[in-house]
Amino acid sequence: MNKHFDLLKEQALQRNQDLNSMIQIRVGSGICGESVGAQEILNKLNDKIISQSLPAIVYEVGCIGLCYAEPLVDIQKPGESRVFFKNVTEETIDEIIDSISKDIWSPSGSILGTLGNLNIDGIPQIEEMSQWKFQTRIATRNCGTNNPNQILDYIATGGYEGLAKAISTMSPEEVRNEVAVSGLRGRGGAAFPTATKWGFLVNAPGPDKYILVNCEEGDPGAYNDKGILESDPHTLIEGAAIAGFATGANKGYVFIRHGHTGPIERTREGIKQAYTANLLGNNILGSDFSFELEVALVGESYVSGEETALMEAIEGKRAMPRSRPPFPAAVGVFGRPSNINNVKTLSYTPEIIRKSGKWFAGIGYGRSTGTAILCLNGNVKFPGMYEVAFGITIGKIVEEISGGAPEKWNGITLNRSVKLLQTGGPLGGVLGRESLETLLDYESMAATGAILGSGGIIVGDDTVCAVDLVRNLVAFCQFESCGKCFPCRLGMTHLVEVLERISAGGGTPNDLKLMPTVGNTMAKGSLCGHGQLGFNPISSALRYFSEDFRIHIEEGRCPTGSCIATFHRPTRTRPIASSGWYPGS
Amino acid sequence: MAEDIKSQIQQAINSQPQKTVTMLSCLLAVQDECGYISTEAVEAIALKNNTSINDVWAVASFYTNFRFTPPAKNIIEICWGPTCHLKGAQEILKVVQGRFSLESEGDTEDGLVSLKYNTCIGACSQAPVITINHKPVHSVTPEQILEKINKALKKRT
Repeated sequence: MNKHFDLLKEQALQRNQDLNSMIQIRVGSGICGESVGAQEILNKLNDKIISQSLPAIVYEVGCIGLCYAEPLVDIQKPGESRVFFKNVTEETIDEIIDSISKDIWSPSGSILGTLGNLNIDGIPQIEEMSQWKFQTRIATRNCGTNNPNQILDYIATGGYEGLAKAISTMSPEEVRNEVAVSGLRGRGGAAFPTATKWGFLVNAPGPDKYILVNCEEGDPGAYNDKGILESDPHTLIEGAAIAGFATGANKGYVFIRHGHTGPIERTREGIKQAYTANLLGNNILGSDFSFELEVALVGESYVSGEETALMEAIEGKRAMPRSRPPFPAAVGVFGRPSNINNVKTLSYTPEIIRKSGKWFAGIGYGRSTGTAILCLNGNVKFPGMYEVAFGITIGKIVEEISGGAPEKWNGITLNRSVKLLQTGGPLGGVLGRESLETLLDYESMAATGAILGSGGIIVGDDTVCAVDLVRNLVAFCQFESCGKCFPCRLGMTHLVEVLERISAGGGTPNDLKLMPTVGNTMAKGSLCGHGQLGFNPISSALRYFSEDFRIHIEEGRCPTGSCIATFHRPTRTRPIASSGWYPGS
Repeated sequence: MAEDIKSQIQQAINSQPQKTVTMLSCLLAVQDECGYISTEAVEAIALKNNTSINDVWAVASFYTNFRFTPPAKNIIEICWGPTCHLKGAQEILKVVQGRFSLESEGDTEDGLVSLKYNTCIGACSQAPVITINHKPVHSVTPEQILEKINKALKKRT
């Protein structure tokens, strides 16, 4: 296909063969693993292997999505299945070390299961578990399996084949057509058809055009963009290069929120390796196509995930949205035509080009083709990051994949049931049990009054008060309002005050009329989604949980007692050195 | 001492790994290196980007991760996002604030701890989560959290 790529592939397969002839121990070190001590476990495993001169290699992988079982360590002997140890502790480390020299596996409480073709008697197969069998892993296909810091591991599993195929055998128009056939829609929340969006950039004047990749991901409850970047950054890097080829753009930025060290460092390392392998830079794989990519960081600001605010932030300014028109495809970052795509969207394109648009269009439901990458959290048994094909019911996701409300927590029997779902981030909605019947696709979700958004689903059980949760969401929106449009800035502040009043038992029936008035003004008078959608949590909660509001207002109490505690929320003000603000003062 | 700070600021501004250098990228680099944005840093960044001191303040005051006073010896961030909220973040806040005699975000008088609320650390599966000196720690229960904090705290020197 392409002789430069064939050479790379050969190297990659050689490395893969060498790896597979060794005993491999993979340690899940996404943020979910890190927060429960993956780094210490990695170090201890390494120490023991070195001090006992054991024939095994240990390396970090990202998050395989089964976050509830972290720290997750798996051991794979040559030609065998991967055996996963869950919630690894000091004692389990010894068990893992012992198993290196043993020939036969015996069932153990610390083993989660096996993944691979060979079964072991008495040990469950992960592919049979609800957390795995309902999944269709496309964008997350390598997450938790490939070493994110090794470009050759990505190439060995089919990586960069899509890019090589595009630049050696297809025209940019053919690439866009393939993406159009796939029906791929933007995964950032707006669900706009990707091929159409790319088309806007094609006709814009050159030479400098930009592909911007959005990993701001400030949504509380969503970490799938960061999850992809820290587990398999090359799928995004390849996707960005394909987008560049398809649109005629020659530059790109991956935009990541400051402070998320894992995704930032691994993406930077990935880009460096891609340059070395001539998969980025000038004349990629010996072709006429050149593409530059770099990581840009942003300070903490939720609104900077909005496309025009993101461009302001890349230019180093305050992340405040711009008025449109002009649209980004005409005047974008640094005044040049730009196209903004979410990490997840671009992470699908390598497989779409490698396999075919038709293959992708065959997965999913109706106009929602392909998969959704969900972050399932809250009061559930099995929180994690799961990639499922569209068309599954929300009920199946909540009850089967995430296991529903936990029966036990910290040894206490709970006997609770699912009461509410919070979807689509803080600008999404709060849904009731009736939404469990809803199909997971963009149109059905929109009809419920919520959005799928970035894929975060937070489940609350019957100890959760809807007013308390909404107060938290609106307080977030108030804190994060950039302040440019005053309906949003003042409206959010007003809404938090009203919600704090209601939760403290001092609300009046009039508050229920006041909130929609404020919300409507925000929706009509704000430049970006933050103000336009900022009333969503309240409007959906009023629709599904009017009883919770009524009890607060009429009876002056919280039905679950959640609202009693003092509610702390952050403020934007910070102390400053006395001479700071006024130069010369 | 003042010269040390100035050279530390210059070092941060001039050794950024990426090609595109902006006011924001300089501010982030200094925040990472020095732990806060000093008046000297604002001046140096204005000079570097050929812009006014006011412009730099405008950007610095917008993003909530910038501090304008030196941080305490330890930085504790408590996640306050909806998942952690459902899993008892407010309880954890109460316990941690009680331990350090704080009523809200802020620094302890003895310079031991800076407490900050975080909107989402991204480890919701392990909620409730806090970070101690930027290292994520899943916190389990209010009782266990103090033990974990005590273990991880760096002593004042």
